[in-house]
Amino acid sequence: MTLDFTVVPPYAGALALGTFWTILITLLAGTISLVAGTFIALAQIFAPRWIRLAIVAPVFVITGTPLLLQLFLVYYGLSQLGIRLPAFWTGVVGLGLHYAVYNADILRATILSIDSGQSEAGRALGFGQGATLRHFVLPQALYVSLPQIGNNIIVLLKDSVLLSSIGIMELVLSAQLAISRSFRPFEFYITVAVIFYVINLALEWGFARVARKTEAMR
Amino acid sequence: MDIDLIIRSIPFLGEAALMTLALAAGSLVLGFGVATLLVTARFARCKALRGIAVAYVSVMRGTPLLVQLFILYFGGPQVGLVLSPFVAGTVAFGLNIGAYMSEGLRGAILSVDKGQNEAARTLGFGRLDTLRHFILPQCAALMIRSLGVNAVILVKGTALISTIGVVDLTYSSQRIMTSSVRPFEVFGIAAAYYMLIVFGLTQFMRAVERRFALPEEVRE
Repeated sequence: MTLDFTVVPPYAGALALGTFWTILITLLAGTISLVAGTFIALAQIFAPRWIRLAIVAPVFVITGTPLLLQLFLVYYGLSQLGIRLPAFWTGVVGLGLHYAVYNADILRATILSIDSGQSEAGRALGFGQGATLRHFVLPQALYVSLPQIGNNIIVLLKDSVLLSSIGIMELVLSAQLAISRSFRPFEFYITVAVIFYVINLALEWGFARVARKTEAMR
Repeated sequence: MDIDLIIRSIPFLGEAALMTLALAAGSLVLGFGVATLLVTARFARCKALRGIAVAYVSVMRGTPLLVQLFILYFGGPQVGLVLSPFVAGTVAFGLNIGAYMSEGLRGAILSVDKGQNEAARTLGFGRLDTLRHFILPQCAALMIRSLGVNAVILVKGTALISTIGVVDLTYSSQRIMTSSVRPFEVFGIAAAYYMLIVFGLTQFMRAVERRFALPEEVRE
């Protein structure tokens, strides 16, 4: 059998829709990972002892087991608990929380690395502890950790394909539907790989640009 | 909580864990070989060779592992490459993790001060001897650390092979899940097995890293 990429264009619409969902999932889960990651990092540093200890086990499980297994657990587990959530949101939240732990790891290190003179200055100007954190420490920590968080978002983009296994219609599942009609796996998966590569390059370029901008601001 | 199911699942999933281990071990060996080739190419004098290595790493790291696995396993037969699911998984994971490992190895080599290389070359050592006697001893511990991180990522990545029907930890737990409808118990045991493997691997790599660490008085 020879390769024939002309089988792909008739399914361009379906692939474009799949690409749209993949990007949307990445944006949503990426935002969740950043916001939840910040809260986890703050909790790991500032929360009372019992909360810090309570976080240790979930963090260990999330970093020590495959994301695919975690997605299955959330997907099937929620219904065992009687919680009905659309598969899409289960997947997005599961993906987001998984990477929140990795982002928290980076953010915790950078928050601790911000010179203590910064928060002292904030307090001396009459800001409260929370306000000092929000206006002085966190913005700097976010700037510093941006390249690494950007990296995590790119990894998240690639891991968003796992959502296909709980039936969410992203790029890989769209391609699988096209393959089930055309019987041309090679052409379609190569096309999917190329699309991912392009999104990946765009994200890398975007994060590098933002990093340069924030570098200039400091 | 279904205690009976848990007791029955532990040995069943234990067998699947062996499959996960075998897969991870095979991919690690292959990955390390690929990484060694890539690093050699990255430091080669030939510009084309360097370009090929850079492109390989960029593509492998820029596309999802699941898609790479599907291209090899489902797309392979179209170009005359028919592989069993287990072999397809080992090859796909090995080729993928090799790209990540090569970046770690390269970073470790670059972390050694340039003066060390220049000094050795001035003393008349060839490129290979310089690497063996001057550069590698100084960065071996760092290399092993990055290899360990990648090995853990690989172990977790092997779960993807469940999508092409290899009976690994994830696949088996899914099977028990569909018949028992007890996700927490079943996936909990599978998670425990994964953590056990990851924990054992981390401890092992740490021991190896200590073995290769430079003595206290040599470090600056």
